[in-house]
Parts: sequence; C-alpha cells; structure tokens
Amino acid sequence: MFTQAEEIKAHAGPQKTGTRLIRYVDALREAFEEEMARDPKVFLFGLDVDDHKGIQGSTVGLQEKFGKDRVFCTPLSEDAMTGVAIGAAIAGYRPIHVHIRMDFMLLCMNQLVNMAAKSHYMYNGQVKVPLVVRTMIGRSWGQGGQHSQALHSMFMHVPGLKVVAPANAHDAKGCMIAAIRDNNPVIFIEHRLLYSTEGYVPTQPYAVPLGKARILTEGSDITIVAVSHMVMEALRAKKHLEAIDIQAEVIDPVTLWPLDMDTIMASVKKTGRLLMIDNAWLTCGASSEILTRAMEICQEEAISMPALARMGFAPTTCPTTRPLENLFYPDGRTIAVKAYQMIKGKQAKGWEPPVSAKTEIDAFKGPF
Amino acid sequence: MTDQIVVARLYKTMLLIRQLELRIAEIYHTDAIKSPVHLSVGQESIAVGVCDPLEKDDIVSNTYRCHATYIAKGGDLFGMMAELYGKSTGCAGGKAGSMHLVDIKNGVMGASAVVGTTIPVATGYALAMQNEAKMTGRQRVVVALCGDGGTEEGCFYESINFAALRKLPIIFICENNRLAIHTPLEKRWATNQLCERMSTFGIQTHKIDDADVFKIRDTMINALAEIRHGTSGPIFIECATYRWLEHVGPLDDHYDDYRDKNTYQLWQDNDQISRLARMLDDQVRMEIEKEVTLTIAQIEKYAEESPYPAAEELYTHVYAS
Repeated sequence: MFTQAEEIKAHAGPQKTGTRLIRYVDALREAFEEEMARDPKVFLFGLDVDDHKGIQGSTVGLQEKFGKDRVFCTPLSEDAMTGVAIGAAIAGYRPIHVHIRMDFMLLCMNQLVNMAAKSHYMYNGQVKVPLVVRTMIGRSWGQGGQHSQALHSMFMHVPGLKVVAPANAHDAKGCMIAAIRDNNPVIFIEHRLLYSTEGYVPTQPYAVPLGKARILTEGSDITIVAVSHMVMEALRAKKHLEAIDIQAEVIDPVTLWPLDMDTIMASVKKTGRLLMIDNAWLTCGASSEILTRAMEICQEEAISMPALARMGFAPTTCPTTRPLENLFYPDGRTIAVKAYQMIKGKQAKGWEPPVSAKTEIDAFKGPF
Repeated sequence: MTDQIVVARLYKTMLLIRQLELRIAEIYHTDAIKSPVHLSVGQESIAVGVCDPLEKDDIVSNTYRCHATYIAKGGDLFGMMAELYGKSTGCAGGKAGSMHLVDIKNGVMGASAVVGTTIPVATGYALAMQNEAKMTGRQRVVVALCGDGGTEEGCFYESINFAALRKLPIIFICENNRLAIHTPLEKRWATNQLCERMSTFGIQTHKIDDADVFKIRDTMINALAEIRHGTSGPIFIECATYRWLEHVGPLDDHYDDYRDKNTYQLWQDNDQISRLARMLDDQVRMEIEKEVTLTIAQIEKYAEESPYPAAEELYTHVYAS
C-alpha cells in the first residue's frame, strides 16, 4: 500500500531550507503574485479569474491586490481573447490568458497556430509574443468527452510554441515564473487532479528552466517517462515494482517542447528500456515523438536499440461512467505490469500489484 | 476650397499605391515576385483617407490585401518591394511575402493571410494602448481594417463586443468591396445593414458609400479626436469600394463575367485618383507623377539587386531569445 504521505515525499523529495509544503494550486497563485509585483507589464485575464472561486483559488485575491486593469474577466470569446492576448503581447505586455478546461483551446487554434506561434518568425523578429496560456486538463467525476482532453501534442507540433506540463507544486511555481519571463508563447498545461497535491515550494521566486527534464527517482532496470498527472501514476508503479525488486527510473519531461532528450537518453542508455506514459492519446502524440527520437538517437549513435513501449489514453472518447473511465486511463498497477513484462518477457504472468490506497482520483468529487 | 497641400499629399500617396501596384501587375509574369499578390487597385482612397490623419506611432492592422495601407501608413517602400521579391532586405527578411507586410517602426502591425485573424490582435494592441495612456497621458489609437468577408468571422463580433465593453481606443474599418474572392455579398449576408448591426454594441458607426477620400479622411479626423480625448470608445466605419482586379494576381478578370461591368464603369468614373488629379495645378500634378515614377524605379532596382537570405536564415527567429 502506498499512502498519500509517502507519495508526496516521493514526489516532492526531502524538504529544503526556505521551503514549505503547499498545494500545486497555491504554488501557481504565488507565482502570479510574485511576477505581477515584479513586472507591471504582467496581467492576467480570462473567464472567471476574478470571481469568488478564482479558478480553484489560483487567482483569488489578485484583483484586489493588482487592480481591475491587471486582473479581469472576459466574455467567453476564446478565439478573440487569444488574439487580444497576442496583440497586447506584441505591444510589450506579458499577458496570462486562462482557460478553465483545455477543450476550449480548440476555439483558439487559429490565433495560437497562425499568429502566436508564427509572428516572431514571420515578421522577422520585429515582434515578440511573450504570452502564457494557462489551461487545465480535467479528469474524473464525469468530466467526459469534452472536459478531459489533453491536447499537448497539437501544440508540440507547431514551431514557435513552447509547451510545459508541470506535475508537482515546485515545478508549477517555477515553470510559471519561467513561462511569464519567456519571450515566446508558452502553453502552460495544468491538471485538475494535481491541484490539491502538495510539494515543498521555496517561498522566494525562482524559475524552473523550460526544456529541462527532471529525474524523480533513480533506478537501473527501466526508464519510465511520464507526463502531467501520469507522473503520479508512474511513481505508484515504481513503488509496486520496488516490492518485487525492480528499480524504475522515473523521469518527468516537465517541458514537452522543447524536449530534453539528453536526460531521457542518458537514463535509457543505463536501463536499456524505455516505457513512455502519456497523459493523452498515443497516435501522433508526445509518446510517438519521444520514442521516435529515442530510436533516431540510437541509430545516429550506433548503440543498441532499447526495449520500447508506451501507454496512454484508450483510443476512444473519454466516457463519463466510472467503470469505463477507469479503463480509459493507465494507472500505477497497469504501468507496473507493463514494466514487469518488458523486463521479464511477455509470457511473464502471475504478478499482480496490490490495489493502491485511496488516491487523488478517488478523492476528487467535482463538479470542477 | 480644399487645401491644395492636402490634395497634393493625398494624390501623391494614392498615385504611388496605384502605380506601384500596376507595376507589380506588369512585372508579375516575370516571376521576379514569388508571392501571391492581392492588389488594392481601385480601393486606394480608403487606405489613404484612413491613414493620412494618423500619427506615426498610431497602429494600423491590415488584411492580406495590405499594400495600400502599408504604403499609406508610411511603411518602408524598399522593404516592401524587397519582401515581394523574397529578398533578405525585405520588411520580413523575405520570409513572409505580400500577405504579411509589417513595419512596426512605422506603426504597421503584421498582416495575416487568414481572414479576420488580425482583428482581435489589433483589439489587444488597443487594450495595451489604453493601459499605456494611463501612464503617459497620451492616447495612441489602433485602426483595424478588414474586408466585408472579415465581418463574417466570429472573432470580428467577439472583438467588437470586447472593444465596446472596455471602451478601447480602436477604429474598426470595413472595406466593403462586396466580394469574398468571387462570391458576392448577396450570397453571404442575410441583410446588408452592417452599421446597424454594429450600433447595437453601443458604438458610433459611420457609413461612407462613395469612397470619397475627403469624407473618409474627415470622418477619421473626428473619430481620432474623440478617441484621443476619451469621449468615445471604439468607432466603426464602413467604406464602400470596388476591387478593379482579380482577387489574387495581376489581372483584370471582368471577362470572367461573375460581376457587373456597368458597376465597374460607375466606380471607374468615380475614381478618386483622377478626381484629385483634376483638382491640382498641372505643374504640381506632373511633379508628383515624376516623383512617383522615380520612387518606383528606385525601389524596384533595390529589390532586384538585394541578395536572397542566406541558408541559415531558415532557422532564425523560430523562438525569441
């Protein structure tokens, strides 16, 4: 059994001086507060950012502190509001545009792909688009087909965008600060189920460099690369595998584009096995990219090909009903079994990891 | 009597746009210009009437039919022609072409090839200008141009609503040439009451149905004064016009028979450039014509002689540092 407290410890690492245990969502809020105090050009806007709930608390109190010019709600108008953010960014501001669910970003694709991503290149460096688009992947309690999508690979595909998906409180704050300071459009992908997870977060402002993966646990038998909320499941899998003496190295890419293949490959060269767990569908996804790059690098460097496998969402629309929804996502147990088979061979049967203790998935009770 | 200096200035800019675009059309078959061109021939009075009263640091946002506004706003002519030639000295280093002219120093926001796309971007720029004015005390104004087709995009209405809601310093101009590529307004709009639709957002609207360059300019002068003094938020101006040439490319396509030749004749009779020419002394007019011819020859030579970008340019400016 893997308790929440142990999980936090594994996730957050040991406490360091100048840190305290806070939730992911509060770490985000702290990043906004510190950056808005530091730079008057930073402003934050989107539907509901100034209401009483404040995007799960991540924007609560900001309007009181920074005023209605710098923190304000908008009409839904996702398409135009994205353009507004781009225009303000071109004019020298640093907007943070907030979406409560990632699914709504499909309404922004023209602006993000045709303008945000291309303006710096197409106008030959005459303009910069220092824009952060905050977006949240939903899951559980019936989020269903249009409140649960994870579309990071669509954004990874387009040159000019950066894509970051921090999976713990420390990286949430540090990546947000880095994203706000970055001179490019950054798609900042949060996950609803990570909001309540706690981690040790420095009280001072700090930037987690974009484009650098994080090794969460070291191990010599298999490399597990996991994205966003799947990092938690990979850490659960690692715990299950430890019980049968298999040591998994769990890596969180943190930034999905630009991708830190150096860190991943250093691990793969050590373990000879790469299991990629995406928090998304597989086809044309982050997993396709990471596994393909791994193969290309092995070929270029003439080193032996590692064992490769990947897991992610079932190739279906996400169903709402719990029994089907559970099957839709990989979890700590299914990941552990996959890793076990990669090491012991496909025929290896007879090992079933124990059922995990109550998780953040069971704890989540919606509606948002 | 209209001020002769103004007439001469308007004539010079409109003639430059007309003659330069006709020159582009003339040399298009040589393939020196490797970029699809959407020419504004016949529509010059809008660009010039709109841009003439603007300050250098006011901003215009453009459609892909952007040569006229780029020139009227004071965009660098050498950079424009070199851009059409795909040369490294182009306003976008040869990487963007005719549909994406840009000159930030002279207040020309980058244009987009996707209809309507720059309307919200211009609105965001206006939001920034509104904030800036609270610090500087000086209100810069953004002008967002779109065609009648652009008003059919969702982001047009979203932008107007947001601009009206926040009383942004922006003037929306619709250049209504009644064509989306080849499809006439009658096949696209339930009613043609565009200004009436816009006025329901609680904003001031103006309709100018004869492309009269002085009417357009006067309307702009008043609109700018109101916005700069904070007495008005966004203002919407619809300007009727007529596209003389094909949607994209150098040709007059009236032989294709998808539009009425009599209407074309009426707009030719109403040509604002000929009108201005008639208002000027012959000597002044001829001086301007000579100057325009010389300018075009100079920028063409510059574009021809400029180098193409080096191979490594492919990878510059993908990300900003």
